[in-house]
Amino acid sequence: MFMATPIIQVENLVKSYGDVHAVRGVSFTVDEGEVFGLLGPNGAGKTSTVEILEGLRDLDGGSVSVCGLDPQRDSQALKHEIGAALQSTSLPDKLRVMEALRLFASFYKRRRNPEELLKRFGLEEKRNTFYSQLSGGQKQRLALAMALLNDPKVLFFDEPTAGLDPQVRREIYDIIEELKREKKTIVMTTHYIEEAERLCDRVAIVDHGKVVALGTPRELKSHSGGTTRIEVRLAKPEPDGALKKLEGVADARELDGAYVIHSHRPPKTIVDLVKHLEAEGNELVSLEIASPSLEDVFIEMTGRRLRD
Amino acid sequence: MRNFATLTRMRIQLTLRNRMFLFFSVIMPFGFFFLYAGVFAKGQPAGVRFFLGPVVALAVMGSFWGLSAALVMFREQGILRRFHVTPVTASDMLASSIVANYVLIFPTVLLQFIFARTIFHVTHFGDIFATFILISIGNIAFASLGLVVASVTNTMQETQVINQLIWLPLIFLSGATFPLAFLPKVVQKVSLFLPATYLVQGLSRTIFGSAHIWEHNVLISLGSLVCWAVLTFFLSAQLFRWEPEVKVPRKAKLLVLATIIPFLLLGFWENTYGNIPAQAQSALDSLSEPTKSAPSPDAPK
Repeated sequence: MFMATPIIQVENLVKSYGDVHAVRGVSFTVDEGEVFGLLGPNGAGKTSTVEILEGLRDLDGGSVSVCGLDPQRDSQALKHEIGAALQSTSLPDKLRVMEALRLFASFYKRRRNPEELLKRFGLEEKRNTFYSQLSGGQKQRLALAMALLNDPKVLFFDEPTAGLDPQVRREIYDIIEELKREKKTIVMTTHYIEEAERLCDRVAIVDHGKVVALGTPRELKSHSGGTTRIEVRLAKPEPDGALKKLEGVADARELDGAYVIHSHRPPKTIVDLVKHLEAEGNELVSLEIASPSLEDVFIEMTGRRLRD
Repeated sequence: MRNFATLTRMRIQLTLRNRMFLFFSVIMPFGFFFLYAGVFAKGQPAGVRFFLGPVVALAVMGSFWGLSAALVMFREQGILRRFHVTPVTASDMLASSIVANYVLIFPTVLLQFIFARTIFHVTHFGDIFATFILISIGNIAFASLGLVVASVTNTMQETQVINQLIWLPLIFLSGATFPLAFLPKVVQKVSLFLPATYLVQGLSRTIFGSAHIWEHNVLISLGSLVCWAVLTFFLSAQLFRWEPEVKVPRKAKLLVLATIIPFLLLGFWENTYGNIPAQAQSALDSLSEPTKSAPSPDAPK
């Protein structure tokens, strides 16, 4: 295999809105055929980063290149090469599904058959339905279908499943996995851990406008020591230094009133914990065990949870 | 160019599916038409012809309202954002708004002429070519005004307030509701600063006065509206925003003031040297003389 130049290059990207520093020196590259995820809480700077790559916003510092083009200078040429499902966009209420696909297809030099996309995204019976009468999931499937109209080299999905119920979310996952099998290059943002772990080849964890960790989901998880997370709630507060001394514990910290313990040997740690609490006259209110996930990486890097 | 054509078609399609359109482009213009022709002109052909200019001007000017509202709604709902990731440009978007509006207003105006002919038996419509040109330019000029309003307002509420503020002087001070000659001298002086006055008076001249396109005052109307249309379109392209979060830049308000300058100068010029109010007065006189001699019980048909 030869070393191809990455299809997307981002170097030290900076973007501010007045006093708000949304993106503070983000760097990463995306290879062709890769699904790249930007994982982080709302307001971490993911959307700003993606919108700069799409040529929708100007950058304040650093440099970016997409498909060998400068999104700021060559935005017109770039728009023929990319497809996007943006956050908080909409279509006119009284536009029908098929009309929307035909209209947007007409804007591109290279285009795919709208008919075929309609079929593929399961919108055939909805072809003459007004946009306003579609369900949330149908709207999102239409958004993804529209992103493919120009057979783009790079796809941008900004929070593709935000606000959808779990079943619809899984439908969207299936669609993205299919695109992944077709070796499409996809850049997606998400604040769902499950989504990043399941769909992305590589993930950049973003917080406060910076990349705090970057790698494959597996690499990132092993970075956190391959530990198991034990989350406990206690009747009385406990100095977290004490919990760190329990057997097999790699790290322990207090988070939103609970104690998060990362352990190499969960059974030993739990037994030791119970003994310790008894000796201190404290009591266990609840206990939860979770296998290591990207959430743990996030907690470790930022001291906060990823959830809203 | 192709993007512009498909966008125009979409805009026409969407507008026809919109109930608001029905009000602004059908109910309101024909409401005015029958009010003026049936009540003010008492159904008499000469009177109907006299009021046809103002009535048509109202239909043409009213378009700025729906256009600004539609564009602001598109922006607020994130529809423009979706177009922004495609190769569609701001000028595609703006030009398609204007052309779609033109195509949609034209049948209304045409129907007003047809009704004047068939229902009220108006036989002469003055200089049809000059009238057509004035209507076209007026339509583009006021559509561009709508685009500027959409550019300098952030929310639908703001847009509607500004629209009201523009619309009221537009219809009351231009001679569109009360003939210019009825207005007090001071108000006439003010009205000569308004673009609407030049459209209304120009159309009155060509329809009722049978003025050709090269008559001095028609040329003044035409020239000032062309100049204004170019300025406002250019401005709206400069200030166009795809994203709802991006607010109006401060310099925008200054630029808007710049579009007022031509009419400020024209207003001073016309107030000093012009004869538009005098012409409006003589038009009104020529209308009222025959009706005075033959008093009330004329059968309106």
